[in-house]
Amino acid sequence: MEQAKSVLLKCEALSVGYTSSSLEKPIVKEANLQLKPGMFTTLVGINGSGKSTLLRSLAGLQKPFSGSVILNDIPLNKLSPDARSKCISVVLTGQQISKNLSVLELVALGRQPYTNWLGKLSAHDKTHIDQAIASTQLEALQHTPCYALSDGQFQRALIARALAQDTPIIMLDEPTTHLDLHHKASIFTLLSEIAHKHHKTVLCTTHDIELVLSLCDEMIVIQNEKAQQNTPQQLIADGVFNQLFPSNSIGFDQNSRRFFIK
Amino acid sequence: MVLLLFLANIALGSVKIPIEAIFDIFFDPANVKEAWKYIILDYRIPKALAAVMTGSGLAVAGLMMQTLFKNPLAGPFVLGISSGASLGVAFFILGGSALGLTAMLAPNGWGTILAASLGSFAVLSIVILVAARVRDAMALLIIGLMFGSLTSAVVSILAYFSPAEDLQRYMFWSFGSLGDISWPALGILSVCYVIGILLALSITKSLNSLLLGDHYAQTLGVSLKKSRFIILIATSILAGSLTAFVGPIAFVGLAVPHLIRQWFTASNHWVLMPACILGGAVLMLFCDIIAQMPWFEFTLPINAITSLIGAPIVIWLLVRKKKLLF
Repeated sequence: MEQAKSVLLKCEALSVGYTSSSLEKPIVKEANLQLKPGMFTTLVGINGSGKSTLLRSLAGLQKPFSGSVILNDIPLNKLSPDARSKCISVVLTGQQISKNLSVLELVALGRQPYTNWLGKLSAHDKTHIDQAIASTQLEALQHTPCYALSDGQFQRALIARALAQDTPIIMLDEPTTHLDLHHKASIFTLLSEIAHKHHKTVLCTTHDIELVLSLCDEMIVIQNEKAQQNTPQQLIADGVFNQLFPSNSIGFDQNSRRFFIK
Repeated sequence: MVLLLFLANIALGSVKIPIEAIFDIFFDPANVKEAWKYIILDYRIPKALAAVMTGSGLAVAGLMMQTLFKNPLAGPFVLGISSGASLGVAFFILGGSALGLTAMLAPNGWGTILAASLGSFAVLSIVILVAARVRDAMALLIIGLMFGSLTSAVVSILAYFSPAEDLQRYMFWSFGSLGDISWPALGILSVCYVIGILLALSITKSLNSLLLGDHYAQTLGVSLKKSRFIILIATSILAGSLTAFVGPIAFVGLAVPHLIRQWFTASNHWVLMPACILGGAVLMLFCDIIAQMPWFEFTLPINAITSLIGAPIVIWLLVRKKKLLF
């Protein structure tokens, strides 16, 4: 894969949340964050803290209440859907994906932004598809329909689809839920490879904090409606993880880098 | 296959006409009985053309609805198109006679067509208006179903107060009929059909993206609002005009896309779309041949035939595959 163009995504004073009976309920307020190329950033926080909401807003899938998401000095909402699709690709959970698609068809859909109105794949598109399938080790499964895949395989196919889209930024929403430790580790390793080798911006929400501490370059921690961004080392030193969970039920041991039940 | 069935469709019917005579009509018209010529040119050929358009148009509309709603139960009529048309026709036939309007407005079949078009258009514009406010495709589906219930309730009330002969006329319309179509009507229908099919083809790439769900489709550069609007318009033009001209034809729109998907084991709409056009035409011609079997004295209602054939096929598919994926 060629080197991705350097694209910087940042947000300024971004407030996001959900609307219930036309009342805006912000869950993350005034977030100032920066996603840099070549960096593997993870987004963590307890259930319902707004990880997915923040991720969706950064990807331009959800309107923020206030503040703006800026991609290389251009506000994201000023970009056409077409231009956006060439900058940001996503891996989401709980989408209604047609499981009749084969792995190859699923990955090939990642090339949609580059094809003409007939959706015909060029040789260049096919190279990208093959590379995406190869780097997620799905060669043997490419003609398997998605309903026959295991959770881990399906997740890898979704990541391959995002890779085939060949965007400088990839955002993933809890790509490791329901996976065993081995598959979690292999996905996080893959993501850090993608960021470092191909100089891409990778943002990933997760609950597997202990696992990603040593793999990611930066972390965004959402806590009490605030989002802070720093290196894992600094966050540990600041004792952020010790207070991550409410009512002090769970503590964090700085030496072993593990959570423990108090 | 389509051509063969098309020929068979023209050749078979309650009046027996030898196949040579059919060719003679085109190549040596002087040789052929006037009555045969009339039957073939003004009845069977328009009917066969109507069957082709009905089958393929409804199948394409059904395919688009199933992909848009990500629901294997969706069909061309989930948006309340057929119920709207029924309502229009019910008002026209059942309500109109009470006011003495029917005779005045309908010197020929055009009144029913107009009423059906107006009815389906009215219900559809309400559904589309609501669709603009509701973002959830599933809610839209349920709203369409609710409109269906509402209109059938109104139709029942109208029917309750209507004389028997009006009721019979309404029933005949609801059976669906490919045969009552004249050449000018066919002309209008084909214009609608071509517009609908072209719109459907223009949106095929987006339909492929929609297979991944709305969010993914958006990140692939699909403008959800725009493509949803085009899909709704294309479906309404196809299903609305077809219902207006041939009546509410059940099942083709729901069953054909499933059959095609299982047959080709494909999800790519560039495969499914042409396959649905051909498959829908084949099924409809076949149903119509059965409806007008040579050894019958009469022609059976087409709507009964499509369901009689369609329902077992879908049940068989379900039992065999155990699940129906959209």
